[in-house]
Amino acid sequence: MARLALESAAASSTIPVRSGGERESVNAALEERSLGDRIYRAAITLFALSIPLLLALVAWELLSAGWPTLRRFGVGFLTSSAWDPVAGDFGAAPAIYGTLASSAVALLLAVPLALGVSIFLSELAPRWLRQPVGFLVDLLAAIPSVVYGLWGIFVLLPLLRDPVIPFLRDTLGLGATPFFRGVAYGPSILAAGLILAIMVLPYIASVSREVLLAVPRTQREAALALGATKWEMVRGAVLPYAKSGIIGGVILGLGRALGETMAVTMLIGNRHDISASLLAPGYTMASLIANEFSEASSDAHLSALMAVGFVLFATTIVVNAIARLLVRRVARGGAVR
Amino acid sequence: MSATGLTGRQATGLRARRTRRARSAVMVALTGVAAVCATLPLLFILWHLVSTGAGVLGLDFFTNTPRPAGENGGGMGNAIVGTLILVAIAAGIGLPVGVGAGLYLAERRGTRLANGVRFLSDVLNGLPSIVTGIFVWTLVVRPMGHFSALAGGIALGTMMIPMVARTTEEMLHLVPTSLREAALALGYPQWRASLSIVLRTASAGIVTGALIAVARVAGETAPLLFTAFGNQYWSTSPNQPIAALPLQIFAYAISPYDEWHRLAWAGALVLIALVLAISIVARLTTRGRFAGANGG
Repeated sequence: MARLALESAAASSTIPVRSGGERESVNAALEERSLGDRIYRAAITLFALSIPLLLALVAWELLSAGWPTLRRFGVGFLTSSAWDPVAGDFGAAPAIYGTLASSAVALLLAVPLALGVSIFLSELAPRWLRQPVGFLVDLLAAIPSVVYGLWGIFVLLPLLRDPVIPFLRDTLGLGATPFFRGVAYGPSILAAGLILAIMVLPYIASVSREVLLAVPRTQREAALALGATKWEMVRGAVLPYAKSGIIGGVILGLGRALGETMAVTMLIGNRHDISASLLAPGYTMASLIANEFSEASSDAHLSALMAVGFVLFATTIVVNAIARLLVRRVARGGAVR
Repeated sequence: MSATGLTGRQATGLRARRTRRARSAVMVALTGVAAVCATLPLLFILWHLVSTGAGVLGLDFFTNTPRPAGENGGGMGNAIVGTLILVAIAAGIGLPVGVGAGLYLAERRGTRLANGVRFLSDVLNGLPSIVTGIFVWTLVVRPMGHFSALAGGIALGTMMIPMVARTTEEMLHLVPTSLREAALALGYPQWRASLSIVLRTASAGIVTGALIAVARVAGETAPLLFTAFGNQYWSTSPNQPIAALPLQIFAYAISPYDEWHRLAWAGALVLIALVLAISIVARLTTRGRFAGANGG
């Protein structure tokens, strides 16, 4: 009733003379409106607050579940390479090492490629090629992790075993370095790094492309007017401008690589061991949890896995926060100019 | 004076320009090579999926449950249904909360809380999915005492919230302020102006964002490992462990049986088709709406 009165008042252009009773109903409508607004405001605020709340809850749950382990082993948890669920002796060093090593391999391969793609797509490619190629690269991000793992097991590993690793080790002579020593079974940090490279490439490429597209045209035109070649324009005028945004994109990719689970679990070999050789199997924090969590029988084992989860959580949160700050600064800078 | 009529300085200048041009051409070509290298894995993967998986796909695959090892045949019907149920539960949680948070971010833009929430939702978006999995395990599975579809749906829904919130916010920004002002001028209360004018205008874009989020969580495995857990039998109960396509693919891929490997490829093909279909529908939704908007 009250809303009807309000709407009819709004709809008619002439303001009708109201009796006291009608005015009261309008007042009631206004009051109801502010009540509705208050409820609405409260609801969306609650929804918005759910995000920080969720993050805090994740931190709290993992920390409290992992606390017995963290208290018992202290910093030694991060540096010890023991992992003996029976004796209750735990250290996350191999998993931390494997996480960092596989992510490093991934970035080493993915960053130049992603940079190349994004420069190609934003600066150099013919216009008709930009959208389809960009779409294909974006599609890489849509492929589920488990499908990467499946492909890795049945296509990538045999390829690595036969032509690739012998070629790298013997023909290129990389076997002389500590990184390519030992027997290659297939599942290895190298294999995990390779699949991670493919997986993080679209993330780095799409952020870099966006950042490059945000570089003002005048920047390019000035370089070309000075007689720069296309590449000199990219290197001298575009890349420096986009630098921190690109670094942000790379760190974002690192965040993805650190926490990636399924594909890595299927390809890294899952062994608690630190070896300099990339051909050796290893473990990452995520794959350690994925593998052992459902089999963890003792509370100590479970708590150790939770502690690993907390370390992983804290690492990726910090990495992501840095990445977002870098990317946002560029975006904001672009908006101001 | 040289024979060609150039001074020495001009000659070196010419040579320098040539090397600069050559270097530029080489670098341009290298970026092109990078583009080719970046698209090759995708084509490889899709090709392997189709060539290995397509032969296994038949009616059986969609209607049967997995058979014990050693027996041929069997399918992933229960896993396909399970994935749909999990995604439905996830959307039931992720969409309202995500859209609500997105509304807040758009309407209270510039306030300290909105900036903080936006930043944290980006950070939450980068949370490893396995961490979400063990988080929901401690929160839901441990108190309940058993794995369940509900827990799996909550895990996936949690992942959807920040994705949906951010796309909703971005889509709401595209709605001109004059629309809201017109609604308010007509006497609409704030909440109705927001929900039935602004949100509705942005709905096509929000649907697209929601579909993309759905496509992303539909392929997730890690958050389901310790929540939905998987199931060899038909189950549609939210209170029971439930099969999911990604879980089944994982289990079969790491198994030692050739027959299961073939099923894993077929499952992966179905999963990719599902994910891509949702993504393409998402794109079409927006395109259709925009075309309509242009025409009108």
